[in-house]
Amino acid sequence: MFKNGIWGENPVFRLALSLCPAVAVTTTVKNGLLMGVSVLFVLVMVNITISLLKPFIHPKARFPIFMFTIATWVTVIDLILSAYARGVYAEIGLYIQLIVTYAIVFSRAELVASKHKVIPSAIDGLSMGIGFTFALVLISFIREILGKGAIFGIPFAESSPFLLMLLPAGGFFIVGLLMALLNWIDIRFLGKTPISGGGH
Amino acid sequence: MEHYFNIFMFYLLINNLVFSMYLGLCVFFGASKKIDIAIGMSITFTAVMVVSAALIWLIYYFVMQPLGVTFLAIIVFITIIASFVQTAETIMRKISPVIYYKLGIYLALITANCIILAVPLLNVVEGYTFTESMMLALGAGAGFSLALLIMSSIREKLELANIPKPFQGLPIAFIVTGLIALGFLGFAGMITL
Repeated sequence: MFKNGIWGENPVFRLALSLCPAVAVTTTVKNGLLMGVSVLFVLVMVNITISLLKPFIHPKARFPIFMFTIATWVTVIDLILSAYARGVYAEIGLYIQLIVTYAIVFSRAELVASKHKVIPSAIDGLSMGIGFTFALVLISFIREILGKGAIFGIPFAESSPFLLMLLPAGGFFIVGLLMALLNWIDIRFLGKTPISGGGH
Repeated sequence: MEHYFNIFMFYLLINNLVFSMYLGLCVFFGASKKIDIAIGMSITFTAVMVVSAALIWLIYYFVMQPLGVTFLAIIVFITIIASFVQTAETIMRKISPVIYYKLGIYLALITANCIILAVPLLNVVEGYTFTESMMLALGAGAGFSLALLIMSSIREKLELANIPKPFQGLPIAFIVTGLIALGFLGFAGMITL
């Protein structure tokens, strides 16, 4: 179950959920990592809350309740980050607030937390969150090396070698190429036909 | 007048929400397979964007700010959007079933969509007046429609192309989007707000 979120059902590359932040904030590893950890926090807390409240939620009223739970935890992480990480928050603040609409959080609440006990739900949230963080760090690592000529904020080149990678277009190229690479590994070594991502 | 037109053009071409802010990608990739679905989606999205931006602007400046509860923005905004979409769906089903069957299916997707929520959040960050924020919503909606139309016409051609197996589906869609974004880069700096 734990491995599932990182490889088999990686939220970004396989399920193609919550793609917006994957392209938007991944210009440096620091931003990517902070975004990933925020989503991980929201995923785990929402899964725990929903699975605890499960007996009290009427099945017909579950969507508004999920939405309020997610919005509350997003407000918590938003206030924490705006107080303690001002510099980074100025860059990625909008995307932190938008976690409330990320399909990955909602789908895990609906698919896992509303059916399982607290511990498995928390583990699922952790696994999906780590998979998400892993994808974001991988994309931002590549973009930072190519675009800024730096690793983890430490520059190794005089000027930016390949500026395109920092621009919007570069993000789309990197995500597309990484998805194709994962599909190629699946076809070549594991003999599977790739699952075509649904989109939403 | 010129100022309002500039805001509209800025969010339509230069700061296109899809190509330079990466918002609404889920719908952008999910709904761009056929051109008629893309058209229905664009109309619904633009309408919801404009109306919810207007509602939220009024509530933010006339209710939330006097009460000093602006930190609840996320919760209040998403609630307003969700309840507005639900109401619109119910009214549409009663009044005009024909339009409901054409556009209603997209309404369900809208409630939890980042591009809809991003418009009021941007309005608050920029501190726009009512008219300015309407222009932002219109520009964002038109920009999203433009992006969907371009993408869906390209994808209809892609169906016939011989794409390498690992690239089929989403990977090629991402690369095509990257190329369009590269084209939109040409507009950068045309208008500065």
